[in-house]
Amino acid sequence: MSISVDQIFVIGKRWLLSWLTGAPSWVTQIGSSLVNIFALLGVFLTLFALMSVLERKILGRIQNRYGPNRVGPFGLFQPIADGIKMLIKEDIVPARADKIVHFLAPVMIAATAILALGIIPYGRGMTPFTIDGGILFFFAVGSTTELAVFMAGWGSNNKFSMLGAMRAIAQMISYELPLIITVLPVVMIVGSLTPDTIVAAQDGYAFGLVPRWFVFTPWGAAAFVLFFVSGLVESNRTPFDVPEGESEIVAGHMTEYSGFKYATFFMAEYIGMFAITGLAATLFLGGWHAPLRALEFVPSYVWFFAKLSALLFVYIWLRGTLPRTRVDQIMNFAWKFMLPMAFTCIVAAAVWHYAGRGLCGWLWSLAVIAVTYFTLSILLDTRRKFAPRTYRFAE
Amino acid sequence: MNSVAFIIIAIFTLAAALATATLQKLMHAALSFAVAFVGIAAFFFLLGAEFVGLVQIFVYIGAVAVLIVFTILLTRRDVEKDRGFNWSGVVVAIAVFGGLILAILKTQSLSGAALETPALTVKFIGEVLMTSYVWPLQCVGLLLTAALIGALILVMEEKR
Repeated sequence: MSISVDQIFVIGKRWLLSWLTGAPSWVTQIGSSLVNIFALLGVFLTLFALMSVLERKILGRIQNRYGPNRVGPFGLFQPIADGIKMLIKEDIVPARADKIVHFLAPVMIAATAILALGIIPYGRGMTPFTIDGGILFFFAVGSTTELAVFMAGWGSNNKFSMLGAMRAIAQMISYELPLIITVLPVVMIVGSLTPDTIVAAQDGYAFGLVPRWFVFTPWGAAAFVLFFVSGLVESNRTPFDVPEGESEIVAGHMTEYSGFKYATFFMAEYIGMFAITGLAATLFLGGWHAPLRALEFVPSYVWFFAKLSALLFVYIWLRGTLPRTRVDQIMNFAWKFMLPMAFTCIVAAAVWHYAGRGLCGWLWSLAVIAVTYFTLSILLDTRRKFAPRTYRFAE
Repeated sequence: MNSVAFIIIAIFTLAAALATATLQKLMHAALSFAVAFVGIAAFFFLLGAEFVGLVQIFVYIGAVAVLIVFTILLTRRDVEKDRGFNWSGVVVAIAVFGGLILAILKTQSLSGAALETPALTVKFIGEVLMTSYVWPLQCVGLLLTAALIGALILVMEEKR
């Protein structure tokens, strides 16, 4: 019984494809891909609608107000109202904007964001597209976002858009390094770039109790935190949302977008967030594996989306709690702290591996991480702590 | 199936490359150059070289295209001006094309039949890079590190 519930979507897909029996193989192939694509879009666009209303609800809760509560029960139909509003709004294109580039930027940013979702295993046997270098695909697709952001900034022919795009690209390039380097220890230990193999490697329980997720090893925990923070920057979320810092540069690269194009940017941001938290869950939190053996009867995709929701909640929580950082602080943090720590994670993972992957290795890799962490905090904190704040203005 | 895909990708790539060479605005040319990179990556995928294709997207669209675009933005003030037809570009293009044709014609092992290729998994490439080609890899690493340090020194503020 529980197996059939676990595999209900796989069986459903097979049933859908059984309509195509007798067709040539390429028809079946395309049909299978289309089913995957529509399932992905359906699930994640619904999740986007849910997330947009839940985010406002939770933020309201944090800030001691109600949040949206007029449309439908508990304000749950708010995204539908928002969607209709966005659709019937006037689509303004600036007179001196580059029309083609201005139009293509939101298309490209949404397309790349959705592509990245394709390689994540959502449950047992539920990877939409199994690619040998799946992790590499994720980052290759993600790196094209920078060009889309640039197109938005340049195509609008607006100073604020351009400055916002510059800021966005600067921080995305800077944080792409720690983001990718923190993935390397996992790839090293598993010996594969395929997400399915990485999830399979986190199967089982140490001492029959603690799951063998990588987040429970010292290097994995450190890499997870670094990955999470880098992901926060990559998706331009608070406290790292300087590209759209409304008090300084209006809305950054999205300044000149209105109506549905703006909604597309908004959607791409959220989909990118789902992709990066999904990858975090896959790499460090055991993907679709259950946290306890007694809970394995719960379907695998439920666990995956539970982990995804938990991580997304932390995103919202941080947005409600932290103020925005300055640009120079973000850059300093990336190059002086995140990058050395990311490299340390690789060393710690190697130590863990060569010390036998047991308790001894656990302690040794903890020592490696701790030594670097404290050295870095001593090195970066002196002279800086009580120094007067200096301001530099453009000349 | 494969030949149809080949023709579609070839038309796509060539159109993008042609657009790069002929478009009036330099920024449009740079962006269509990125599209041509996508076409080349698609060729790699078609040939089963998944890893190379992904790296092509990663490096050329994620980094090189962004670099080109920024270079145009930060250095050129007269990007909108029409400069007329550039004949030296034609000469260089013909020279490169001729050189490539010559190299292809002189290659001995080129035969019409498809070669038996091993399964090019990422794991295999990693193993080869770390065993047979470890010295070239280290040299490239050293070169890139030197370039990085050089770039940092160039942009470092001088102490007053």
